[in-house]
Amino acid sequence: MTQSNVLTHSIDMNSLGRNESTLNLSNESICVEVKDLNLYYGNHKQALHNVNMLIPEKRVTAYIGPSGCGKSTLLRCFNRMNDLVDGVKIDGQILIDGSNIYDPGVNVADLRRRVGMVFQKPNPFPKSIYENVAYGLRLQGINNRRILDEVVEKSLRGAALWEEVKDRLHDNALGMSGGQQQRLVIARAIAIEPEILLLDEPASALDPISTLKIEELIHELKSDYTIVIVTHNMQQAARVSDYTAFMYLGELIEFGDTSTLFTNPTKKQTEDYITGRYG
Amino acid sequence: MKNWWKSGDPWIWLTASSVSVSLIVVVGLISLIAWRGLGHFWPASVMQATYTDERDGKSSTIIGEIRDDENVSAVRLRDSGVKVEGERVTRYLMKIGNRELFNLDFRWVLAQNLKEIQYPEKMTVIERREWGNFYGYVVSVKENDKVVSEGDAAWGELQTRLQRALKIFDEIRHLEKNEIGTINYGLEQLRLRKRHLELNHDTDPAKQAALVSEKTQYEAQYEQLRQQLSKLYEQINRDSFTMKVSDDRVVDLKIAKVVSVYRPNVLSSFEKISFYFHKAWTFVSDEPREANTEGGIFPAIFGTVMLVFIMSFIVTPFGVIAAVYLREYAKQGFLTRVIRIAVNNLAGVPAIVYGVFGLGFFVYFLGSNIDQLFYPEALPAPTFGTPGILWSALTLAILTVPVVIVSTEEGLSRIPSSIREGSLALGATKAETLWRTVLPMASPAMMTGLILAIARAAGEVAPLMLVGVVKLAPSLVLDGNAPFLHLERKFMHLGFHIYDVGFQSPNVEAARPLVYATSFLLVAVIVLLNLAAIGIRNHLREKYKALEN
Repeated sequence: MTQSNVLTHSIDMNSLGRNESTLNLSNESICVEVKDLNLYYGNHKQALHNVNMLIPEKRVTAYIGPSGCGKSTLLRCFNRMNDLVDGVKIDGQILIDGSNIYDPGVNVADLRRRVGMVFQKPNPFPKSIYENVAYGLRLQGINNRRILDEVVEKSLRGAALWEEVKDRLHDNALGMSGGQQQRLVIARAIAIEPEILLLDEPASALDPISTLKIEELIHELKSDYTIVIVTHNMQQAARVSDYTAFMYLGELIEFGDTSTLFTNPTKKQTEDYITGRYG
Repeated sequence: MKNWWKSGDPWIWLTASSVSVSLIVVVGLISLIAWRGLGHFWPASVMQATYTDERDGKSSTIIGEIRDDENVSAVRLRDSGVKVEGERVTRYLMKIGNRELFNLDFRWVLAQNLKEIQYPEKMTVIERREWGNFYGYVVSVKENDKVVSEGDAAWGELQTRLQRALKIFDEIRHLEKNEIGTINYGLEQLRLRKRHLELNHDTDPAKQAALVSEKTQYEAQYEQLRQQLSKLYEQINRDSFTMKVSDDRVVDLKIAKVVSVYRPNVLSSFEKISFYFHKAWTFVSDEPREANTEGGIFPAIFGTVMLVFIMSFIVTPFGVIAAVYLREYAKQGFLTRVIRIAVNNLAGVPAIVYGVFGLGFFVYFLGSNIDQLFYPEALPAPTFGTPGILWSALTLAILTVPVVIVSTEEGLSRIPSSIREGSLALGATKAETLWRTVLPMASPAMMTGLILAIARAAGEVAPLMLVGVVKLAPSLVLDGNAPFLHLERKFMHLGFHIYDVGFQSPNVEAARPLVYATSFLLVAVIVLLNLAAIGIRNHLREKYKALEN
């Protein structure tokens, strides 16, 4: 992300319609800008209602909210994963680096190379650990053994997995534990050096120790990547994120500094949710 | 009783017993054909006895091996004019051989009319290339019609001279089949090239001269081989021997016509076992003789396996590609549902219908068009416009493509969407995701489809009779003459061989054990092909074990 984007995207949150917030992002460079985003499943069901927000660069932004509130749907808009669902209609804009990813001329494969994603359940390919990490590079036509070796090691180190697997790189990835698999998937995602990393409840299928490792990893990764994470777990959001957005019934209710949002929410719905009154 | 019913025990009994019945049927079937078929190769003892003919009461010596026995009602026999005592009588089916002397080489004899049964040590069985077995006693061995050995020494002499003759026979066969076969093939190619030039009105003298010189070369080679052959024939026809048969006649036989000689009544158990395996091996590795009732069935095994291979090479890509389109690209809706139903129904069409289609479309339409376009020089003799292995393989491929489509589709639908999303999220396009991840993961399912296809195709006979199988193929589909794989050739098939030997054979009794042996072999070939495919599938499953947990 170049510094020139800072100025063009330093929009006061108060000007973005209904998402009233005391949030001041003027010190951050902005990576993603969501403008008037509406998403419909079929003709009747609207899953996202007029979402507007800014996602700052090289920070961790978390989405929280009850099940079905649209946080995963919104996340999947950032790399156009929703295109795969039949009957989805999207209007509004999502600007990454100032250009709308829903423009007709956009190459979706290119976009997904820039916006990596990690899913709720670990989904390594039934290949060796090495080939899993090298998958994205091979897609780009990089087959040079030396480059691949280098990137695989770097990515596995980046995902804090290298020490555990360096002696069995050519074993099947499905033989790893769930936590290791999830870190492998993260390594696979960062191997192609995306700008943004989308994490869709990355720790929800993992045990507490693996969860902790993933959270530590997120901390380390944020110096290099803009991270957007969806989580069910409010403590997790509080632990790992810099900014937190609360969504409810397809609307972005509140977006703010994580500490502010958890300690001093402006909206009653937010307060109800974080104090456990529903959700 | 009511409680017992409610407990579910009857259900367990019912299900378990149906499994047992199926198992018993399968095991029984296999054992029957194995017993009947494999017993054929065992060297039976040869009996000599005095037999009182059941019709005219005359006594004579009879020599032969007992092949079967039967218990029949005496009344029935009396009705047909046979003098016989008792209520029920046993009769034996004896193989008496010596067809040129007795016209028939099998005969039913009444057990009660057999007297003075003995198994003489010097009884000799001659297995011949023509006219079946010969039973009798060796009298003398001759070289150029001069007796060189007589009495006891003749047996040893016969064996050594037989070894020599067999060696010469192999040489002759090699020359005729391979060398002269190659020359004939080359001459035929030359003829076609010449005709090709004629058709194109190409009168380039250089080309004509090349053809002529090649032809002279071939002819010179042929002349040389012919001389070599006639010399070998002279050598092999040098020796003969005389045998005394049951009615004391003495018969001259050529050693060149003999496959093997043995004295069955003095063979030790070990010799019998090695004889057995030798015979069994000959059966699977040799070519048939005497209208398929003797010799081996190697061409039929080879044809069956080749057919299945070629069919697999056609049906797998075709079925997989169709399934990929149906499942991955086509918009699911009414049309795809109709297509699926149609595909499923295709699997239920009787095989002979495919045979008729294959004959009409592949052979007469496609084949003759190919001939017009690419082989005009061979016309009016058809090249592809006649039944052949390619058309058989194609016919079987359309017969089996539904199972490949159905199981591949099932395999594709079982791949979790998370895997596809994982690949797409890394910037892969849909095609890349398919190639790199989805198809490899679905490969075990494709193999399952192929296994089912093989199981169905390998045993199919009816359509093949219309599109390519023959009773006796002069040459194999694969041989040493370029282009090595001759897809236009006709071939032999185990399934058809069973039908041919069992029901079209002039010598029913001789052929019957071969029917069982061939059936057993057909089952064995199918099982082997299936095991190979299952092995590959299990390997793939292990490799791509999906995220089932």
